[in-house]
Amino acid sequence: MAQITLDGIAHAYGPRPKTDADYALRPLHLVWEQGKAYALLGPSGCGKTTLLNIISGLVQPTVGRLLFDGRDVTALPTERRNIAQVFQFPVIYDTMTVAGNLAFPLRNRGMGAAEVSAQVRKTASMLGLLDVLERPARNLSADAKQKISLGRGLVRQDVAAVLFDEPLTVIDPGLKWELRSKLKAVHRALDLLMIYVTHDQTEALTFADQVVVMNGGQVLQVGTPAELFDRPDHTFVGHFIGSPGMNLLPATVAGAEARVDGYTLALAGQYAAPAGRVQVGVRPDFAELAAEGLPVQVDRIDDLGRVRLARVRLGRHPLVARVAANAAIQGTEARLRIEPSRIHVYSDDRLMAPL
Amino acid sequence: MKPRDDRAWLLVLPVFAVVLFSAVLPLMTVVNYSVQDSFGNNQFFWNGMGWFRELLDPTSELGGRFLAALGRNLVFSAVILAIEVPLGILVALCMPRGGWQLAVTMVVMALPLLVPWNVVGTIWQVFARADIGLFGAAVNGLGIDYNYAGNATAAWFTVIVMDVWHWTSLVALLCYAGLRAIPDAYYQAARIDGAGRWAVFRNIELPKLKRVLVIGVLLRFIDSFMIYTEPFVVTGGGPGNSTTFLSIDLVKLALGQFDLGKAAAMSLVYNLMTLLVCWVFFTAMTQLDAAREPTP
Amino acid sequence: MNARRAILLTYLLALSLPIYWLVNMSFKTNTEITAGVSLWPHAPTLANYVRIFTDPSWYSGYINSLTYVVINTALSLACALPAAYAFSRYRFLGDKHLFFWLLSNRMAPPAVFALPFFNLYSAVGLFDTPWAIALAHCLFNVPLAVWILEGFMSAVPREIDETAQIDGYSFPRFFGRIFLPLIANGIGVAAFFCFMFSWVELLLARTLTTVNAKPIAAIMTRTISAAGMDWGLLAAAGVLTLLPGALVIWFVRNHIAKGFALGRV
Repeated sequence: MAQITLDGIAHAYGPRPKTDADYALRPLHLVWEQGKAYALLGPSGCGKTTLLNIISGLVQPTVGRLLFDGRDVTALPTERRNIAQVFQFPVIYDTMTVAGNLAFPLRNRGMGAAEVSAQVRKTASMLGLLDVLERPARNLSADAKQKISLGRGLVRQDVAAVLFDEPLTVIDPGLKWELRSKLKAVHRALDLLMIYVTHDQTEALTFADQVVVMNGGQVLQVGTPAELFDRPDHTFVGHFIGSPGMNLLPATVAGAEARVDGYTLALAGQYAAPAGRVQVGVRPDFAELAAEGLPVQVDRIDDLGRVRLARVRLGRHPLVARVAANAAIQGTEARLRIEPSRIHVYSDDRLMAPL
Repeated sequence: MKPRDDRAWLLVLPVFAVVLFSAVLPLMTVVNYSVQDSFGNNQFFWNGMGWFRELLDPTSELGGRFLAALGRNLVFSAVILAIEVPLGILVALCMPRGGWQLAVTMVVMALPLLVPWNVVGTIWQVFARADIGLFGAAVNGLGIDYNYAGNATAAWFTVIVMDVWHWTSLVALLCYAGLRAIPDAYYQAARIDGAGRWAVFRNIELPKLKRVLVIGVLLRFIDSFMIYTEPFVVTGGGPGNSTTFLSIDLVKLALGQFDLGKAAAMSLVYNLMTLLVCWVFFTAMTQLDAAREPTP
Repeated sequence: MNARRAILLTYLLALSLPIYWLVNMSFKTNTEITAGVSLWPHAPTLANYVRIFTDPSWYSGYINSLTYVVINTALSLACALPAAYAFSRYRFLGDKHLFFWLLSNRMAPPAVFALPFFNLYSAVGLFDTPWAIALAHCLFNVPLAVWILEGFMSAVPREIDETAQIDGYSFPRFFGRIFLPLIANGIGVAAFFCFMFSWVELLLARTLTTVNAKPIAAIMTRTISAAGMDWGLLAAAGVLTLLPGALVIWFVRNHIAKGFALGRV
C-alpha cells in the first residue's frame, strides 16, 4: 500500500542527452495516490512503457527520484520494491500448477506452508481460480493465465502497486470486458494503487480514476475521463481521446469571437489576443448539422446506427459533425450549429483560458 | 493447413531416386550377404538366420565381440551426454547477450564443429601426446602417468575429452538459441516474484529449453553412437580393443577381414538400432513442433 | 557476472588451445617438434606448407576433396530444393513416412554403408572417382538439405505463392524468380552444411578411393601409419583442411545451431 511520487523523473536511452528529442521521457512530477487506479495512455513510443519500467525498476531514470511513501527507491532493484506486474503476454511458470504459480512468490520469501496455502486460496477465490487450482497452468486460456499473473502479485500482502502493461492484448475480444471488470472488482476490494498502460482509450477511460495522457515523452494532461473529454489541455489530447477526435480549425481570435476562413464563431468568453499558432477545437458531439448556423459543404454522411456523422467543410477546413436525429440533409449544402461553451481556444497546442 | 496434392510427388521424385540408389540398393546387398556364407572366390552358400543367431548369442565369438563393442559404445554415449549436456547449458547461460563479444564467442565455439573429423583426431593425437603435445605434457606434469596409446583408461579419457571438445559447443549453441527465445518479461516477472538464480533456471529457463535439449540429446546420442573417425585416428580402437566402438568394429570386420556375412548381419542389427532411436527422435520432434507455442 | 565471464573465457580458451597447437606445430621443423613442448615456433618455417603446395601427391588430395564436395553440394541442393518445396507446401501420399525415411538416412551409420557402397560403385564403374564419393555423401546430405530448406521455406507465407499464381507466373518462373531469392539465406545455409559434412567425412571417402580420387583426409591417415612421422607436414595439412570452415564461419555463425539441428531450432 503506497503513494508513488515521481520527482523530476526523466530518462534518455542514449548516453549524453542534449536536446529534448534525446529524451524518451521528459522531466515530470506526478503523485499517484494510494487506492486509485491510473491509466497511462498514449500511442506507441510515447514513453509510457519507459515510465512503467522506471517504476518497476527495470530501467534506471537518467535524472530524478522515485519515492514510495516518501522513501527513495530509485536505486532499489525490482525485487525489493514490492510491486506486482502483469505483462502484455501472460507470464506463467509452465511446469507448475495454478496453485504452484500463486505460491511461488511466497515460497521465495520463505513463508511457511500453512500460511502459503491460506494466502493462495484467498487470492484464488478472489480471482475465480479456485476450480482450476490443481490444474497445470500451461493448459489454461490466455485470460486465466493473465489472472494467474495478477494473482502472483496480489498473493503478497505487502504489494505497493500493481502495474499492468497492456494486459488485454492477447485476450479474446469477448473476454476483454470480463477480465477488465475483474480488474476493477479487485481494485475496489483491495484498495490498491494500480497503474495501467495502454494505447486503447476505451480501456483507459473505463478502467482508471485518473488518466495520464502521454505523447512524445511528455505528460500532456492528467485528469478524469470526463475532464479529458470536456476540457482537453492539449490539442493532442483532444484529438487522441474520443472517436472521432476533436475538430481543430486554424483560426484568429479576438475578444469573444473566432474567425475561421472568413466565418465567425461565437465564443463563450473573452480572450486576450493569443500569440503563436491559434486553433479552435470542438468535439463532433457538440457540432451539429441543424436548420440554422454557419453554411457548410457536406462531403459524406456515415450512418453508424446510433448516430450519424457528417464530414463537412467550413470554408477550406474539414470537420466532423453530428447530424441531428430528425434532420434531413438534402444535397451538399447544410447549416452547422456549434455550442459556444464547447469551443476551446488553443495557442501553440495549449489550451487558453478565457479572461 | 497445407493443401493436399499428390502431384507433389513429382517434386520429390529426384530425392526419392537418389535415396533409392544410395540407401535402398546398398541395404539390399547387405540383407543379401547377411543370410549367406562365403568361402572366398565369390562362392556363396545359404546360411539363413545363422549369422543373426550367432550375433545375438553372447557366448559365441561374434556375439561376444558385438556385445562388447555395443556396451563400450553405450557407455561412451552415456558419458559424453552426461558431460556435454550440463556443460553446454552452463556455457549457454554464460554467453553474452549481444555485441561483438557474442559474435566472437559464436565464431570460436563454431570452430571445432567445422574441423574435419580426421583432423579432430589428428589434433588430439598430437595434443595429448606426452612428448610433443601441450595437453599430454601438462597432465604428465601433474604427476599423472598418462599415455593414451598404452593405457586403456588414458585412451578412454582422451577420446571423451576429444568428443567434449568437439561437440559441446553444439549443445551450447542450441541452448543459446533456446534461451534467446525466452521473452524478457519472464525474467522480470521472476525478479518481481523474488526468485533466486537457481529458481529462475529451474522454473523458467530449463522448461523453455526442453525442446532444444531433446534435439541436442538425440543428435549427440546418434552421432556418438556411430562415431568412427575421431577415435580411429587417435587410438585405432586400442589399446587392445578398449576403444573399439561399433563402427570401428564393423569396419574391421567388413573391410579388414572381409567377413561379409558376419559384417552384414551386424550392419543390419546396428542399423535397426539407429532406426529405432531415429524414430524416437522423429516422434519427439513432430510433437514438439506441434506443441510449439507462438512466441511473441 | 564475473563468474560467468570466467567460465566462458575458460571454455573458449580450452576450445582454441588444441587448434592453436596444430597451427603452432605447422610452422615448426620436425627437429623442434620432437625436441619437446615449445609454446610457439622458435624458428618459424613455411617449409611444411611449401612441401604441400609443390608435391602433387599432397595438393591433389585437396583438389580431389574439393571436387567431390562441390559435386555433392550441387547435387544435394538440386534434388533437395523441389522436394523441400513439396514438403513445406503440400500434403501428399506418404509424406510423413518419406520425411522420416529421409531423416533415418541422415542418422544411419556410414560404417554400415561402407561395404555395400564399395561393391555398388565398383559394379557401376565409379570406384575411385569423385562421383562415387559425391553420390555416397548424398546419403546424409540430401536429407540434411531437405530438412534445412523445408524449415526456411515454411517461414515464407504461402500467400506469396498464391499471389504469384494469380499474377500469371508459371511455376518454374515463380520458383526461380520469386521463391528462390526469398530463401537465399536458407540455400546458403544448406549449401554450407552440405559442403561441411561432405568435407569432414572420412570413412566413406577413404573406402571408395584408392589412388586417383584419394581425398586429403585419407592422405593424412596414410602419413600417420608411415614410418618416421612427419608431424610438421601433418599439422600443415590439417591446418589447410580448416580453411574452408574458417573462411565462411563469420557468415554462418548465427545459423550453426540451425544447420546441425536439421533446421529445427
